[in-house]
Amino acid sequence: MEEILGLVIARYNYWIYITLMMVGLYGMIAKNNLVKKIVGMNIFQTAIILFYVSIGVKKGATIPIIEHSHDVAHQAVRAADYINPLPHVLMLTAIVVSVATLGVALAVAVTVYQRHQTLEEDEILKQIREP
Amino acid sequence: MIWQLDLLILTLVVLCGIGALMIRDLLGAAILFGAYSFMMCLLWAIMGAVDVAFTEASVGAGVSTVFFIAAVYHTTRRTKD
Repeated sequence: MEEILGLVIARYNYWIYITLMMVGLYGMIAKNNLVKKIVGMNIFQTAIILFYVSIGVKKGATIPIIEHSHDVAHQAVRAADYINPLPHVLMLTAIVVSVATLGVALAVAVTVYQRHQTLEEDEILKQIREP
Repeated sequence: MIWQLDLLILTLVVLCGIGALMIRDLLGAAILFGAYSFMMCLLWAIMGAVDVAFTEASVGAGVSTVFFIAAVYHTTRRTKD
């Protein structure tokens, strides 16, 4: 019990990311409104991006920008002093992609509303089944 | 990374996310989602990912909220859950 509690406290951020991910999954599966489903999808995406960015964090490191001066240009860069920038660059792409999917999803939701006059999933399914 | 600040903002992020899913008004959900994105931006600034932080501030908190409000304006605010 003590060991499990220690594990939870030492990695509290990972547990919160998983909570956030499950909140998003709940929104996508259990919510009836289409816009609520899209909000759930975005929460899920940002939880995964948060997890990836948190991998690059180092203790006692600074942001990955090398200061410009005469001495530094000839010295070797110590990687331990800088936060790993690779996950940041990858997740920058993922943020832009998530906004693109959000735009397409909302456009489809608006089209569905114009045809069926409702955003609720069960009412749309009922209208499709009874022509 | 200051862990007290990190934990505080992570709690606010989870609360904003749950609130955005639970509120019975789509405009309110859009605004709470904007608050969620902004908290996420602060979290990235704390983690040292400044480039990701200001992309999120402009694209996530700005453009996404505008998209949501435009979609709600063209449809309806009413929701059952």
